[in-house]
Amino acid sequence: MEYVIEMLNISKQFGNFFANDDITLQLRQGEIHALLGENGAGKSTLMNVLFGLYQPEKGEIRVKGKKVNISNPNVANELGIGMVHQHFMLVENLTVTENIILGSEPTKMGTVNIKDAAKKVAEISKLYGLNVDPYAKIEDISVGMQQRVEILKTLYRGAEILIFDEPTASLTPQEIDELIAIMKKLIAEGKSIILITHKLQEIMDVSDRVTVIRKGKGIGTVITSETDPEELATLMVGRQVTFKTEKGPAYPKEEVLHVENLVVVDNRGIEKVKGLNLTIRSGEIVGLAGIDGNGQSELIEAITGLRKVKSGTISINGKDITGKKPRAITESGVGHIPQDRHKHGLVLDFSVGYNSALQEYYHMPYSKNGIMNYKVISAHAKEIIEEFDVRTQGEHELARALSGGNQQKLIIGREVKRDPDLLIAALPTRGLDVGAIEFIHKRLIEQRDKGKAVFLISFELDEVMNVSDRIAVIHDGQIIDTVTPSETSEQELGLLMAGHSREKFVTDEKNSVMKEGDDNVQ
Amino acid sequence: MSNKVVNILVPIISIILGLIVGAIVMLVSGYDPVAGYIALWNGIFGDAYAVGETIRQISPYILAGLAVAFAFRTGLFNIGVEGQLMVGWFAAAYVGSTFELPMIIHLPLSLLAAAAAGALWGLIPGLLKATFRVHEVIVTIMMNYIALHTVNALIKAVSGGGYKTEKIHPTASLRSDFLSQLTDFSTLHYGIFVALAMVIVTWFILEKTKTGFELKSVGFNDHASQYAGMNVNKNIILSMVISGAFAGLGGAMEALGTFGNMTNRGGFTGIGFDGIAVALLGANSPLGVIFGASLFGSLKYGANNMPNAANIPLEIVSIVIALIIFFVASGYIIRVGLQRLAKKKEAK
Repeated sequence: MEYVIEMLNISKQFGNFFANDDITLQLRQGEIHALLGENGAGKSTLMNVLFGLYQPEKGEIRVKGKKVNISNPNVANELGIGMVHQHFMLVENLTVTENIILGSEPTKMGTVNIKDAAKKVAEISKLYGLNVDPYAKIEDISVGMQQRVEILKTLYRGAEILIFDEPTASLTPQEIDELIAIMKKLIAEGKSIILITHKLQEIMDVSDRVTVIRKGKGIGTVITSETDPEELATLMVGRQVTFKTEKGPAYPKEEVLHVENLVVVDNRGIEKVKGLNLTIRSGEIVGLAGIDGNGQSELIEAITGLRKVKSGTISINGKDITGKKPRAITESGVGHIPQDRHKHGLVLDFSVGYNSALQEYYHMPYSKNGIMNYKVISAHAKEIIEEFDVRTQGEHELARALSGGNQQKLIIGREVKRDPDLLIAALPTRGLDVGAIEFIHKRLIEQRDKGKAVFLISFELDEVMNVSDRIAVIHDGQIIDTVTPSETSEQELGLLMAGHSREKFVTDEKNSVMKEGDDNVQ
Repeated sequence: MSNKVVNILVPIISIILGLIVGAIVMLVSGYDPVAGYIALWNGIFGDAYAVGETIRQISPYILAGLAVAFAFRTGLFNIGVEGQLMVGWFAAAYVGSTFELPMIIHLPLSLLAAAAAGALWGLIPGLLKATFRVHEVIVTIMMNYIALHTVNALIKAVSGGGYKTEKIHPTASLRSDFLSQLTDFSTLHYGIFVALAMVIVTWFILEKTKTGFELKSVGFNDHASQYAGMNVNKNIILSMVISGAFAGLGGAMEALGTFGNMTNRGGFTGIGFDGIAVALLGANSPLGVIFGASLFGSLKYGANNMPNAANIPLEIVSIVIALIIFFVASGYIIRVGLQRLAKKKEAK
């Protein structure tokens, strides 16, 4: 069997820290080879070595049997290695074609020859079934589409070996299915793929073989068809992992959150939440299932006071909080784990300690008479680090330096420590590995068992099914049904999310104007 | 190479490189670089008088640098320090010359007037940014021009058609016989202590207070700050007001210390614009601003000696000074160079 890429006994050291310690990865021609590891296990470092961004201290790289020295990304490009980054490297206000040719613009008599380039882009797009419009602007297309542009970019530059770095992290379930189809098409056309991920199901679905690394060390390579998710998880984490989150029955009591006939408009003035009703009681976890863009973000923003309410009421513990300022709402007992932890959850350039006090810095004991007490804040941060297993060098480290999972643990620690009556968790496990997901789910259930109300928003059906006590399905700005996880199936949820009601009649005439709200689903 | 060593080496190497390139410019133009640099050195440190004048020159640079740095820490680019400084200058000169009060009231009142005028000049762009999202760079640039001509008109008005304000009363003066005598009758005044006090105030606000925590948080990430319940708009306005107040105090240095009045201006003072470079050289930290202001102030003042003592024309002197500052500002390049060097050594 011929290997297109061999990374043999690679070691990469940062100071005294071994990011990669004797890792071997061999990629066969025409296979999808998964690279599995927890956040911070060294997957990205290994790929950056392959892509020429880092030089390994030990080990060698062979491309098609020949030893190579990949000193920078240009060398990698010439060797036919292309990378589809997790965070897209696209210029928002340029078109697809302009982004693809950026850096190696074809010229004709001194001017950029967009036309020919666009034609070539369209050809490649057609060949691999990417369905990308070469003249569309990046800011106008969906996240899934943007990812295809990244794929096109590597293909346009002649990549034979594609590295996908956590490609499904920001995609909807539907987009993930499409991506998997594209990857299979790429293989059929003779490309080889390295897939970096920590999602086990994905690996089972698409890959041929899996190389597992743990804490920088190569654990081994297994054939996908001869393994199962449980074995992979054990290899990755180094211990048994429970998939089915264990929890006892819920004992819901008094109403904590009550939303009535809520109407919220988005930035363009379009109604995104259309007369929504929802109640969450103490001691229960309510999951909100729905396809992205059906009003989830607007609903959370309205509850947390970040977006104006057009009409309707929101109350917490019987107190009307409609139209109140974010801080007043926070103080009335709402904790919030925001959807976008980089943009809204953390000040990345603040230390872990500062971030731990971001919600409470303004009152005792964190500050007094306008003077901050950083000693108390440090102690508070240390408590969170300890209790929530935030892996960091200490409370003085910048939040930016933490891995995604640890950033999330920090946010959850901060919010849970405030002991809110209602904890809103928006996509709390997005982009995290199984170990961290397990941890976060346990924490949410712990809150519930302490008699708090938990509102979980997620695009992952198994997460909603596993963790929630009740599932509210949102479609087109309304809760169209509420189901119990034990009495429903993923199929039924899927149908509900797509707007089909369980009963065979349309309960609300508003559903008939559904189509208008769907224009953003591409 | 440890980080500490690099941190010390970078500015030293930068200044040496700047001096070398400056020397080449002088050589090529047919002047003696050795004589030139001796003149520069003597201009800065030559005698007590020179040292006094140099320190005097540093004071407004510290305040202008602080103004830029403070706004920058909140994510705002205050290009309007120049205008804020000029209205501060006028306000101090006016209050200092118009009222007759005991010194214990008069001097603080004049300083306060300067700070208030600068703050007002900063408030306008802050308000426009907070309410209408008008970019502060555009507004502050325009406010500079408005300041220039408004101040000129005001000078004319208060002096009854003249071209300069009355001299301030001694009760409002920062002048110090003691400091002057100490430095061979230079114009060194107490302003340097005002400037250094403001460095401490800035550090205190940013590092110790709740306000500083909010300002920095908004500067780094206004979305997360809003999520955390902070009033982003209030912080934008506050930052511009405090920044403007520092700039206004910079003007007071000139009014109450160096000149004792304000003369009709044909153009900008340049101190406010240099403040941007001072802040950037000092990495927007209060202590760094002292370093940046010292470099700027001493080079600017010392350079005055080069035409006299070494016969180098003012134009060449400007180029040489600019080159030195350029290399210091390019410290990043030198840092990268040093790190490469260290890496190569390690590899061997």
